[in-house]
Amino acid sequence: MTELPDHIVLKVSDLRTHFELGSRVAKSVDGVSFDVRRGETVAVVGESGSGKSVASLSIMRLLSSPGRIVGGSILYRTSQGQVIDIATLPERKMRAIRGREIAMIFQEPMTSLNPLYTVGDQIVEMIRLHEPLSMAEARQRAMKMLELVEIPAADRRLDEYPHQMSGGMRQRVMIALALSCNPNLLIADEPTTALDVTIQAQILDLLRRLQREIGMSILFITHNLGVVAEIAHDVVVMYTGRVVEKSPVASLFEHQKHPYTRGLLACIPNALRDRDETGGRLRLNPIPGNVPPVTALPPGCSFAPRCSYRIPLCDEAPPLMTAGPSHLSRCWRHEAL
Amino acid sequence: MSSETLLSVQGLTKQFQTRSGTVKAVDGVSFDVKRGTIVGLVGESGSGKTTAGRCTLRLVEPNDGKIVFDGVDLRMLSEREMRTYRSRLQIIFQDPYSSLNPRLRIDQIIGEAIDIHRPVRGSARQDRIAELLQRVGLSPDAARRYPHEFSGGQRQRIGIARALAVEPDFIVADEPVSALDVSVQAQVLNLIQDLQQDFGLTMLFIAHDLSVVEYICDEVVVMYLGRVMERGPSREIYAMPRHPYTQALLSAAPLPDPKASRQRIVLKGDIPSPLNPPSGCVFRTRCRFAVGACTEIVPPLKDVGKNHSVACIRHGDSEVISQGLTL
Repeated sequence: MTELPDHIVLKVSDLRTHFELGSRVAKSVDGVSFDVRRGETVAVVGESGSGKSVASLSIMRLLSSPGRIVGGSILYRTSQGQVIDIATLPERKMRAIRGREIAMIFQEPMTSLNPLYTVGDQIVEMIRLHEPLSMAEARQRAMKMLELVEIPAADRRLDEYPHQMSGGMRQRVMIALALSCNPNLLIADEPTTALDVTIQAQILDLLRRLQREIGMSILFITHNLGVVAEIAHDVVVMYTGRVVEKSPVASLFEHQKHPYTRGLLACIPNALRDRDETGGRLRLNPIPGNVPPVTALPPGCSFAPRCSYRIPLCDEAPPLMTAGPSHLSRCWRHEAL
Repeated sequence: MSSETLLSVQGLTKQFQTRSGTVKAVDGVSFDVKRGTIVGLVGESGSGKTTAGRCTLRLVEPNDGKIVFDGVDLRMLSEREMRTYRSRLQIIFQDPYSSLNPRLRIDQIIGEAIDIHRPVRGSARQDRIAELLQRVGLSPDAARRYPHEFSGGQRQRIGIARALAVEPDFIVADEPVSALDVSVQAQVLNLIQDLQQDFGLTMLFIAHDLSVVEYICDEVVVMYLGRVMERGPSREIYAMPRHPYTQALLSAAPLPDPKASRQRIVLKGDIPSPLNPPSGCVFRTRCRFAVGACTEIVPPLKDVGKNHSVACIRHGDSEVISQGLTL
């Protein structure tokens, strides 16, 4: 049996997920490693094309063809304490993991809820799929779940259809559905991106409360660094399929050791920084250019063409290097930052 | 209306008839936009900000109110008269993927706008297109390509070039950077700022991202359920939000700083259905400061000085004021 330290729930090592399109290969996830500790939240941050969503779908084994895991391991500790490698697990066994052990919530709840069934039916189905409960018992549990995610008048809401609910309410239903079998690990892929800020604040509060009460671990995929600062213990920054920086949250915001992370933070308008004394606007400092597609990456460091710290050495691909306590950076010049 | 005001919206109202009843999407909204400034229209889904923006250009016909643009009430104009004003008023859309015709080349997309506004022929037309593309940071070869060949940020630049092609005085930008990645968003915000300075553009900037609005807008109008809750200079509102809704909205936006010790006001529940809005103050059902009178009185916008107005009957209350100071 594979070894995994007790406090680690998920250990992703050198994960490679490729999409083969004829002779072209899109290395959407190209050697990604990170750990998720029990009861903690790891945020994976990146822009479009960073591979953050493909990484999370790989962990759930929900990749659609031609995407496939071509290397690495995804070690996961089940609630029974058994350690399994999800990357090579047969689909039949994976079905017992999905939902029961690892649950996932998505950005747009409407696409993951069935519009033809009441939310109660959907939660009851999920519970009965994994646990030997009667209809009445499962309905009772479903109602408890809706109460847990702070849906008012839960009893009545059970008999409503998804379209009768607001976006925030649907995201709560998704969370209730995901948590109905007490998963060990919740993967949340941009769960608040489509929501208004006041509703986002409610959902983040809810996730934090649930984590405290149930002790589940969360893998949180997002592009929003504000949300990261609020919810994460550890942060993994991805760019073109690779991890470029990895660190505990406080250390990352205090001192970015990769020019990309630094650039991302500098892009977010901040009136204190970006206005002069008289209130006049100063120009923002965007990262020049665009994220290159993973099918046409530049050689060496893939961020180099957009990077103001570039030196000739950057033509060679940098490895992840130690840049501080528990702080890793994939930049040759991390010491200069 | 002072001469420096380019656009004055007064009592703008738009109702939609639906099978389940009448929705007041915009309910008596008033604001002014001074020449050469950017005014932000902020609110969450269902606040009516997009409808208000479209009504201002009569892309959606309002039911009531005045839209005084450069001294003329646009609502008094016939369709034909309105057409001559169209080129002075432009809009930039949120989704750079659906707002460009995928079957037209970029020179056709921009050229169409030029032809309608001030037709030029031959090489002069090509030069004008190249100049516009360059102005928004694209290479002139972009002219021969199709929208699908561009990224989201580049398409948004094309949308901006098309809007500029008619040399407008006033632009409604409806969530122009919301669909873009942060690194690209900053590029487009810089562009908007440059254009505003170079052409003296006047703009209504509709957005839900509060840090973007604080940065780019000179003045802010905060909407909730079709009504204006608070209005004033950005600096005033962000430094000292007076309306409980604005306070909650500002406190809810996550800051990219784990050490930020801001007190978070979490609003209970959802925005009520616009089919059946609360009586009195529409925000009272989620307001921590609501009192009995809030169910009866529709609070008018009251001037609290420095060009700052608040629609709350308790705006002078020390409890409400001190909440604004804790943010």
